[in-house]
Amino acid sequence: MSEKKTNRRDFLFTATYAVGAVGVGATIWPMIDQMNPDASVKALASTEVDISAVNPGKTITVLWRGKPVFIRRRTQDEIVEARSVKLEELKHPESDEDRAKNPEWLVMLGVCTHLGCVPLDQKGDYNGWFCPCHGSHYDTSGRIRKGPAPTNMEIPKYEFVNTNTIKIG
Amino acid sequence: MSDHQYTPESKFGKWFNDRLPLLTLANHLTDYPTPKNLNYWWTFGGILTFCLITQIVTGLVLAMHYIAHADMAFDSVEHIMRDVNYGWLIRYIHANGASMFFLAVYIHIFRSLFYGSYKAPREIIWIIGIIIYLLMMAAAFMGYVLPWGQMSFWGATVITNLFSAIPLVGEGIVTWLWGGYSVDNPTLTRFFTLHYLIPFLILGLVVLHIWALHVPGNNNPVGIDIKKPSKDTVPFHPYIVIKDGFALLMFMIVFAFFVFYTPNILGHADNYIEADPLVTPAHIVPEWYLLPFYAILRSVPDKLLGVVAMLSAIFILAALPWLDTSKIRSAVFRPLYRQFYWILVADVLILGYVGAMPAEGLYLLIARVATAYYFLHFLVILPVLGYKEKTLPIPLSITEPVLGGSPNLATAKNKESFKIK
Repeated sequence: MSEKKTNRRDFLFTATYAVGAVGVGATIWPMIDQMNPDASVKALASTEVDISAVNPGKTITVLWRGKPVFIRRRTQDEIVEARSVKLEELKHPESDEDRAKNPEWLVMLGVCTHLGCVPLDQKGDYNGWFCPCHGSHYDTSGRIRKGPAPTNMEIPKYEFVNTNTIKIG
Repeated sequence: MSDHQYTPESKFGKWFNDRLPLLTLANHLTDYPTPKNLNYWWTFGGILTFCLITQIVTGLVLAMHYIAHADMAFDSVEHIMRDVNYGWLIRYIHANGASMFFLAVYIHIFRSLFYGSYKAPREIIWIIGIIIYLLMMAAAFMGYVLPWGQMSFWGATVITNLFSAIPLVGEGIVTWLWGGYSVDNPTLTRFFTLHYLIPFLILGLVVLHIWALHVPGNNNPVGIDIKKPSKDTVPFHPYIVIKDGFALLMFMIVFAFFVFYTPNILGHADNYIEADPLVTPAHIVPEWYLLPFYAILRSVPDKLLGVVAMLSAIFILAALPWLDTSKIRSAVFRPLYRQFYWILVADVLILGYVGAMPAEGLYLLIARVATAYYFLHFLVILPVLGYKEKTLPIPLSITEPVLGGSPNLATAKNKESFKIK
């Protein structure tokens, strides 16, 4: 090969392949991207929830983007328990202060971070949530304490519109 | 491949065959020289072809009545069961047909493992087979999602979430697979499309599988190379056709038993509850044919490593022709391998059992031991055995052990071991 000199034809071949590759890529991309969330799915990005009827120690579950969101009004005991845990003991260290800005209200995605099941309320070894699928235990702050899940249950973006209404998303 | 020249008798046949040699192909398939000692474990290739065609035909009919929409899918399946003429029959054949398909494919795979059918020169047949098996699992999984029951929905959620274990891009891939932020209508419609597509991909691969098979010809219980055609072979038709046909009949009795007497025993009652994204069923298990891999997934306490272990358990099979270092194909002449083979069979059955049980306590311990042994078998035992094992002498031809009177004394002495098989 080394004695062979690059000629005009080699250049034309390379240029043709390059243009062809770009063309194929540009054609395939719409076929791939059409599978991503469409405009109507993205449009359902936020939801407002009335929380006036939720008493301490109760959880309501609402659907946001097809996923359950737990809104729990925690008892004093639960808040104390969540805030007294040392960060070193946690698999995914996050302080409860960061997870629940208003300590009484815990708002999080009710989706186990292992394989996406909905954990059960008030179950498990840490008085929080327990996932029945593969046995992950979460504490009263929704943090992973035991089991295969890699991270804490996710906190979605939310804000208090007023004292009785939470806007998720 | 051309075993011999073929010329059609009729003038039209000759005219047609000169332009498209379909008759040559038909002649090749009927006259195809087949080892004369093939036992009933070799009939599952034909049975699997039957299973594939059954699934395609019943699936086509179901697709005429099914509605792939999250709000209507569940009701349309009940509509098939109650209103459509013979809908119950067609759906039960399709649903149980999937289980029968896997039953047959597992027998077919373990046949290959016992008789060393994956070894040279049949590696490509084997690898195409593994790809077919993977596609079967994909088709079965997506088909199970379509009725949009609780198991459908949560099975889909758990399986698609396996991809979230991939570092960095995992979450993006899962969102892309779903077409949203959870399993929902876009997921259902694309699963329906792919579920419809995959059987035809499998059909194409089956053609390649058989084509690749017809190059070296069938392996056989003795596992030796044979000349074809020779006195070691018989023509495919009528000898093998009749044998395959009889085995198929027996298989259809089992099939019909499930369809008519216990059509729901292989399913889960939870799937007769419509999908609810807010409630996960207390005990999620996949269909029986995926349980061993599910047990491997759960036996590893780390999310990413669990997924890696599960996928490796499948892909390791593709490397089998190179992991098994023994030159002898058939386990009949491998006294040690034969024992390890049955331990592996037991190991996979144990994995299947613990896969159906809760992942805790003793079950988890058993699952871990069985998972470790599964990999030990393929990665350590098989490669080492090829060098260490003292194999029995193999016969020079198939006819030799059948007719006796061998000039090879050692072979004659071992003749008894064939008869036991």
